[in-house]
Amino acid sequence: MEKNKSRRSFLKNISLATFSALSLAGCNMKEIDEFLQRNFKIMSKKEKDEIVRNLELKYKEKYNKEFHVSDAPAMDGVSFGYALDLSRCIGCRRCVYACVEENNQSREPQIQWIQVLQMEKERGVDFAHSDVHYNPEKVPEEGHFYVPVQCQQCENPPCVKVCPAKATWKEPDGIVVVDYNWCIGCRYCMAACPYGARHFNWGKPEIPEKEINTEMHYLGNRPRMKGVVEKCTFCIQRTREGRYPACVEICPVGARKFGNILDPESEIRYILENKRVLVLKQELNTQPKFYYFFGV
Amino acid sequence: MKEERIKNIKVPIFTAVFCIGLFFGCQNKESGNNNDLQKEKVRPEKVMATNEDQEIAVEPPPFTEGIYPCNDCHSDIVPNPKRRKLVDMHDSISAIFNHDSANRWCLDCHDMNNRDSLRLASGKLLSFEESYKLCGQCHGDKLRDWKVGVHGKRTGYWNGKKEYLLCVNCHSPHSPHFKALTPEPPPVRQEDIN
Amino acid sequence: MNFIRFIKGSIRIILHGSKTYYAWLIFLLVLIIWGGTGYANQLSEGLIKTHMRDSVSWAFYIGNFTFLVGVAAAAVMLVIPAYIYNWKPIKEIVIFGEMLAVCAVIMCILFIIVDIGGPLRFWHMMPLVGTMNFPSSMLSWDFFVLITYFLINLTVATHLLYSIFYKKEYKRKLVLTLVFISIPMAVGIHTVTAFLYNAMPARPFWNSALLAPRFLASAFCSGPAILLILFQILRKVTKFEIKDEAIWRIAELMVYAMFIYLYFTVSELFKEFYSGTEHILYWKYLLFGIGDNHEIVAYSWSSISMGCIAFVLFLIPKTRKNLVTLNIGAVLIYASVYVEKGIALIIPGFTPDVLGQIYVYTPSFTEIRTATMIFSLGFLLFTFVVKIAIAIIFEGYDIDVIRSKKLRTIESSL
Repeated sequence: MEKNKSRRSFLKNISLATFSALSLAGCNMKEIDEFLQRNFKIMSKKEKDEIVRNLELKYKEKYNKEFHVSDAPAMDGVSFGYALDLSRCIGCRRCVYACVEENNQSREPQIQWIQVLQMEKERGVDFAHSDVHYNPEKVPEEGHFYVPVQCQQCENPPCVKVCPAKATWKEPDGIVVVDYNWCIGCRYCMAACPYGARHFNWGKPEIPEKEINTEMHYLGNRPRMKGVVEKCTFCIQRTREGRYPACVEICPVGARKFGNILDPESEIRYILENKRVLVLKQELNTQPKFYYFFGV
Repeated sequence: MKEERIKNIKVPIFTAVFCIGLFFGCQNKESGNNNDLQKEKVRPEKVMATNEDQEIAVEPPPFTEGIYPCNDCHSDIVPNPKRRKLVDMHDSISAIFNHDSANRWCLDCHDMNNRDSLRLASGKLLSFEESYKLCGQCHGDKLRDWKVGVHGKRTGYWNGKKEYLLCVNCHSPHSPHFKALTPEPPPVRQEDIN
Repeated sequence: MNFIRFIKGSIRIILHGSKTYYAWLIFLLVLIIWGGTGYANQLSEGLIKTHMRDSVSWAFYIGNFTFLVGVAAAAVMLVIPAYIYNWKPIKEIVIFGEMLAVCAVIMCILFIIVDIGGPLRFWHMMPLVGTMNFPSSMLSWDFFVLITYFLINLTVATHLLYSIFYKKEYKRKLVLTLVFISIPMAVGIHTVTAFLYNAMPARPFWNSALLAPRFLASAFCSGPAILLILFQILRKVTKFEIKDEAIWRIAELMVYAMFIYLYFTVSELFKEFYSGTEHILYWKYLLFGIGDNHEIVAYSWSSISMGCIAFVLFLIPKTRKNLVTLNIGAVLIYASVYVEKGIALIIPGFTPDVLGQIYVYTPSFTEIRTATMIFSLGFLLFTFVVKIAIAIIFEGYDIDVIRSKKLRTIESSL
């Protein structure tokens, strides 16, 4: 009786051990590594490099192209500022689509980081009476002006305050970033953002292969997965290399300006010092780095 | 007694097997290039503040094809300084001309004797590549803004060399008002996202 | 060993019962499976299967979560009057109240898990293993208070049942301390949940100082309603003794809570409608609609009218003491608060959205299925624990019964 009991329990244990060993071997170690990956902010340089490399391999497998994922840190002595000329924007939405292409946003379901609101000149800046779905033959429409809204990269960001997992934070150069591998998708930040700047991947994002932008930053435009939040990052993959964001470069009327606020010779400084500048929802004390001004 | 010993060593054996499995399984098989991914990025030099003496590098002027150099035709033509509406050559420009057309006409900007040059009010001649100085005579505030990079489409490097367009690259000098554009499509209604 | 025997005994109780009991279990299981397949669909396709979108990023799931936190909080509140008015079945009231709280908290946590985009990444927001944003994020506070509240209630209810099962004296000091802690904790969990909404100046509809007090008042209006009905049922089918006066007293306390709730609501309405700032837009959408959008007007007014009727029914002593009208009132106030916490709280917060656009939200089929799954799980769990409690407290199911073979007789009578 007792011998049977010991044999039975021995067999039970050995089969359990074999099963666990097999399942461990069967699991993709890379997937387990990615699942157990830590918050980007607390990783060492070596860990970050490894993750970036794995990502490049993963994307290459998926899309069959050479990718370059950067994890360039913020430059010293830089604090980005953005200015948008309300007297010039004609609401052509070229910025919206340039951003979509540059930043690998999902086409289906559609995500757009920039939203252009059409407002009436008589009412001024009045969100309650604005329209994001305007579609006339030609723009600008008589009696209307246009206010594009994207992430304001606030100095006092409510989204960073409420994120339960510290998956979003403000970098030293002022860009508010999201670690897509850390975001749990609770969408508290989306509720907290007063500018509607954050967007969620409700479904699996789809980017047509030939339109994918292979120059990426880990915290910026690398393809996201379903269930995470994303938003404008001032084209971190471009601006940390000294270039302008895609929306600035495409704007046909030159309504968008960008630069380092700490540089006294930058155009953004010139605007802040010489033009009539305002920010949206100023009473909320978010202190945005995205300024609206009137060039004429 | 023997049974107890078996029972006692089963747990440690199992734990040992498990740990060994974990150890080998979790080892990163890729010992490949661990070199730093950071290639040396060349940061462009900062551009010094522009002043009157320095020229600004600009995009080339948008000449209509076959029109330049103007002296190919005009060196043989006797200049006619009378203010009029052109009807033979350049009538297409005359037709659309509305750049202060009540007070200005062609030879206020184009030099009468050298059609390959523009002229300032003082009589000083300018090449077409410097046409911004001509525009700046009347549109001084725009010129000041443009020089700093605040007016006009901005490309290049925010911490290095900015790329400048000439005024005429965006504003036709003969009919400068911006034409209305066809907007890109509006965003999909959220009710339609499935 | 003792505890395992207690668990084994409990499992035995829930596995045996009358035909109605089995029918109820099967009904719930069917709902759970039906709901579960809906949720599986959501897991594979993503949250796009819900009708939440960027403009309305929190909806049905979070609404249910908020409502259930209120139920969890209120369940324990009955302990105070039971203690003050020296009701005889105070121990039973505590046990049932706390078990309801435990089930409600489990349902709350389930609603959060189905709502987040990456459920497997839940550990990212925990301390030590993840990077919890404490004390800045209200969600991290919510995590702590919910878990603490859950553990306190679970400990007290289990310990009391365990003691009765083993015919031992319960540890008075432990239980009393924990029960006394659970009362401010109950206030705490609902306050923290209210602060979750309150923390966002981007949403003026929620950014009112009265939000947390209104939450608590509405919880105390509605939570005891379940227990009110439960106690009447228990009184009929078991040896549970609770006087009519106690039940009327519970109803009276609910009236006070309802009155306070009405007062708070009137204060809110006055401030918004008299000041007439742009922030009136959200209340307008809720009560009157904006432009062509009148989607939730019916819900808000039905919630208000049900609440008022319940208030009147409970207020007038004649209708309060009549058990029929009392129970009607209980159901009405419960439904009123459910609609109010779900639709009338969440949707106007997001409509119109921060950029003035209106997105009309209605729960999708997947959301209803998933919510059904969670509610059925909760009901199932509550059925089990109530059955165990009834058996142990009223049917004399204890350690001796297991030891002797009297087992058979008891089980067939349950």
